[in-house]
Amino acid sequence: MPLLEISELKKSFIAPDSSTQTVIDVPSFSLSEKEQKALSGESGSGKTTFLNLIAGILKPNSGSIRLDGREMSALSEPERDRLRATTIGYIFQTFNLLQGYTCLENVLLAMSFGPGLDKGFAVALLERVGLREKLRHYPRHLSTGQQQRVAVARALANRPKLVLADEPTGNLDHINAREALKLIREACRENGAALLIVSHDREVLAQFEKVQPLHQINRGAMPMNSNLRSSTSNPP
Amino acid sequence: MSLWRIVFKSLRQHLLSTLVTALSIALAGGLLMSVWTVKEQSQAAFTGVTAGFDAVLGARGSKLQLVLNSIFHLEESPGNLPWSDFLDIQKNANVQVAIPIAVGDNYRGYRLIGVSTNLFFDVEYAPGRRYRVEPPGRPFDATLREAVVGSFAASRLGLKPGDKFHPYHGLIFDEKNQHSETYVVVGVMEPSNTPADRVIWIPLEGLQRMTGHDPRAAADISAVLVKLKAAIAGQQMDLLYNKQGDRLTFAWPIARIISQLFDKIAWFDRVLALVAYLVALVAAGSILASIYNSMNERRRDIAILRALGARRRTIFSTIVLEASCIAALGMLIAFVAYGAIIAVAAAVIRAQTGVVIEPLAFHTIMLWAPLSMIALSALAGIVPAVKAYQTNVAENLAPVS
Repeated sequence: MPLLEISELKKSFIAPDSSTQTVIDVPSFSLSEKEQKALSGESGSGKTTFLNLIAGILKPNSGSIRLDGREMSALSEPERDRLRATTIGYIFQTFNLLQGYTCLENVLLAMSFGPGLDKGFAVALLERVGLREKLRHYPRHLSTGQQQRVAVARALANRPKLVLADEPTGNLDHINAREALKLIREACRENGAALLIVSHDREVLAQFEKVQPLHQINRGAMPMNSNLRSSTSNPP
Repeated sequence: MSLWRIVFKSLRQHLLSTLVTALSIALAGGLLMSVWTVKEQSQAAFTGVTAGFDAVLGARGSKLQLVLNSIFHLEESPGNLPWSDFLDIQKNANVQVAIPIAVGDNYRGYRLIGVSTNLFFDVEYAPGRRYRVEPPGRPFDATLREAVVGSFAASRLGLKPGDKFHPYHGLIFDEKNQHSETYVVVGVMEPSNTPADRVIWIPLEGLQRMTGHDPRAAADISAVLVKLKAAIAGQQMDLLYNKQGDRLTFAWPIARIISQLFDKIAWFDRVLALVAYLVALVAAGSILASIYNSMNERRRDIAILRALGARRRTIFSTIVLEASCIAALGMLIAFVAYGAIIAVAAAVIRAQTGVVIEPLAFHTIMLWAPLSMIALSALAGIVPAVKAYQTNVAENLAPVS
């Protein structure tokens, strides 16, 4: 059984001109346990909305999202919050670290909403992403690459089954982007988490064996003007 | 990481507004506690001060004025009474001790009280405590121009045994009204924490016969301080002097008469309390405003917390708890403000009346003022908490791709 199974998912927004705009219309999508998949799409194609729906941050207008055997639409908001805290790790383009918290505290904070604090594991995660010496540093004292590593450690803090990454390298230079992506993929593999990444960066997408253009699965998305392959698998 | 830790982090992140708001709470709390305590303590202290007497006999007039003049050494004397009235009451079977006093002169603003020497031997101003003169001093000789200075007056005037001074006519100091007599200080009284500490005691006859005083009134006295054998006897004396007689006033019991003073100024207490309550409301409003105004910069943090799995009610509780913590911090500082205000108030009351209040005495206001302030602030915190509760996560996890 897939870890994530989506069917007939629809999400609309009211545009400023009061018209209804369907952003997400996904008839079918799935992700297996420990699978790593990339979705490609330009800005405004609904990538973030799609991830937010999977994370339970947004509620769909209709359709089904089944995560780890649980139907999201059947859950109350607090239950979705709980499911997100325990099952999903989220990596954002802008890292979204809390500036008043140290690296270690950012990771521990994520744990506090999940199964509970495990300081040893939090330290181990930060050591794994190469921040052994930066545990007590605040995000503002770190480079952007280091901040993204903290975000990776935080996303894995609750041993999630699924990691969602929204343009995780969008704010990094090429070298840091490549390293960050490698780290995310390795860390997910080591922790047994599936990875669903959305990006418009060809270099990033080229690293994945499985890439799906969002417009292929999302009837609500505008087709991207891209010469990327439209197949669902890339050569390794 | 507990809710407390998240709140602590937020307070630290907004340190300046936290401190400013806490200080406004401190001011409100300090004021509230001070107003209440000064009122309660001074009322208790004043009504508890009898200087060892049950009643005062004086000229016909206000009982309150008579007590204020004779016991607290405030106000002017309502008038004189002849020596024979003292002899009459002294002989009354209900009277244990009767001490005549005369007022009308001062030394640099501190009143001179003419009194008989049995003040030092027959009166207990508190159970087991008599007015004593600090060694090596001694009580004055009633036939000489000698003085015993109250402890507070002595420290303020710098008088000590052996010093000499010229009294001034009247109750208000005026350099032009100096008497020619010279008095020698023969002793300083031990502190009694009563109004006796802030006057200068001289022989009764000395004050009566001071140059410039009306010789026709040389045998008159200002009042008689009375200690009854049994408190119940006061009713008989009240009947005798106040109901049957129409020439004299018998002020009894002293505590009840003083409490009338507080009844008269109760409106002032209410105004002060109202001001304190208003300040407390404004302070609670400042918590609301400071947190509410910071909501724009907090939205992203709130969205991040929610994206990490924090529930709406966790966010709500965090904001309410933060408001409560600011109030709690403010109330801690309020105790410092309270200490300062009450210390100044105690010093002023002592200087003006000789009555000592206990700044450190516990009062229930010290419990319910902080609790009320914290509760009020928590209530004020609900408004920004609702705003935080409603934060749209997706919209605030910018940028959107």
